[in-house]
Amino acid sequence: MEGDSELQDLYREVLMDYYGSSTRKGTLDPADLRAHGINPVCGDELEITARREGGHIAKLRYTGHGCVISQASAAMMAEALEGASVERARELIKAFKAMMLENAPVASLPEELEQLSALEGVRRFPLRVKCATLGWNTILQGLERPSGEEPR
Amino acid sequence: MSFADLRKDFPILKRLVRGKPLAYLDNAATSQKPRQVISALVDFYENHNANVHRGVHTLSEESTGMVEAVRAKVAAFLKAPKPETVVFTRNATESINLVAHAWGRKFLKVGDEIVSTEMEHHSNIVPWQLLAEEKGVKLRFVPVEPDGTLDLEKVRAAMTPKTKLFTFTAVSNALGTVNPVQQLVGIGKSAGAAVLVDACQWAPHRPIDVGSWGADFVAFSAHKMLGPTGIGVLWAREELLEKMDPFLGGGDMISRVTLDKSEWNALPFKFEAGTPNIADAVAFGPALDYLDAIGLDSIRRHEEGLAVNARAILGAEPSVTLLGPKDPTKRSGVVSFNIAGLHPHDVGTVFDLEGVAIRVGHHCCQPLMKKLQCGGTARASFYLYNDESDLEAMARALKRTLEFFKVSPKAAVR
Repeated sequence: MEGDSELQDLYREVLMDYYGSSTRKGTLDPADLRAHGINPVCGDELEITARREGGHIAKLRYTGHGCVISQASAAMMAEALEGASVERARELIKAFKAMMLENAPVASLPEELEQLSALEGVRRFPLRVKCATLGWNTILQGLERPSGEEPR
Repeated sequence: MSFADLRKDFPILKRLVRGKPLAYLDNAATSQKPRQVISALVDFYENHNANVHRGVHTLSEESTGMVEAVRAKVAAFLKAPKPETVVFTRNATESINLVAHAWGRKFLKVGDEIVSTEMEHHSNIVPWQLLAEEKGVKLRFVPVEPDGTLDLEKVRAAMTPKTKLFTFTAVSNALGTVNPVQQLVGIGKSAGAAVLVDACQWAPHRPIDVGSWGADFVAFSAHKMLGPTGIGVLWAREELLEKMDPFLGGGDMISRVTLDKSEWNALPFKFEAGTPNIADAVAFGPALDYLDAIGLDSIRRHEEGLAVNARAILGAEPSVTLLGPKDPTKRSGVVSFNIAGLHPHDVGTVFDLEGVAIRVGHHCCQPLMKKLQCGGTARASFYLYNDESDLEAMARALKRTLEFFKVSPKAAVR
């Protein structure tokens, strides 16, 4: 709606673009990282697969279903983490979660996460913060498991 | 009495949500509370508070009398001849767990079967899964038809000589389907099974007569019917309650304790270990009085009228899909819907910005959502204090949702 600034603040245009994007949607097979995330409150689900090469996340894909916030955030997560070193990925996840959960200033986001500032408005909707962090918690859970093919 | 006058009994309806008047359409999750119930809580704590069934002092006598008076009121509400067949629990979930533990554990054995349906709330699935795992009992679920109803032939077909329990919801919380309770109970009983009715979505809107239902167990929660949270009911046939094991052990549920062995207290106290939720039980009384004064039949006509209009408003948008039975006689005051291309969570957030409280998501019915091939739905549910202003707010919220997300009228429904 033109001029619906209240909604535009939450659902920024960049989020709507990522929500509609299929760039990193899919499943990698083989993959050495598989993680399944679920938001029990709403039933949103994400399946993340990745391949690590030489300490880097060479490829990262996600599938699942969920709201604009959870899907757009997952798409931005995939874009930001693909190509990053595993170590850097952990730092980025931490920085993003600090913004969403601890109200860390948006200006403190690392350069790779610049576009994630679009999720700033979600902080006014505490119940939706879990939507925004679903993808990030899911990949983190995958990274924390020992490397190798994960049981499905 | 006019329904418009009732609104002033509910203090919360005066509040603003995100700057807009509250339009509370999440009654299937929990109802709001009238002043009479809130005052009863305050009155109890200010004037009568004491533990029950202990001591001989005046306050203890009063509080005991107040709880037992409400038990008698619940029995009358259910047309149950004996108040001691009414067990107070925390909620319907606890009531169902009580049956699974105290009846299921004692009487079910390897190879026995429990029949339920695909439209159950998690609270009528998970306790049986836990029991099935422990006892080697088999669970069988009657499928839900595409229109959200049950096919009675399929219910009959699910029963076998091994079926020991048939447990089903009287009204679906997610779709609003009103099941033919009496016929379903009959099918279970003719198969020789015990029958449990989850009456959570029925009790706030429709009269119950446990005698004519013919079920063995009936469970519901006070908080969905104007009562406080933390108080629920299990009604069961007396001879079953007598034969069942206790649920929790502790004070109040025993008649005699030695260090070797204990003897169980009489009904219903055998199932009410420890200090019960006295204040909330007491305040459930005025909730029942309130419903009784208006009459469940007129409440149901009022809210179902609103639900019909809500379906008309939503159904006028080509991008909206309405779920549940098409036949209005098979529907409750629950209106479940989806908007093409939109996730229910996003719908719920826009509605909230208009002050409209609806439930979005899987409604604690993940197996049902999977069957209907949707991750969830948006659900508006009506009660006695809702009116035209709530429908207007809902219509504004719907319009704002469609415009903001640029939902095309031609959008295909997922």
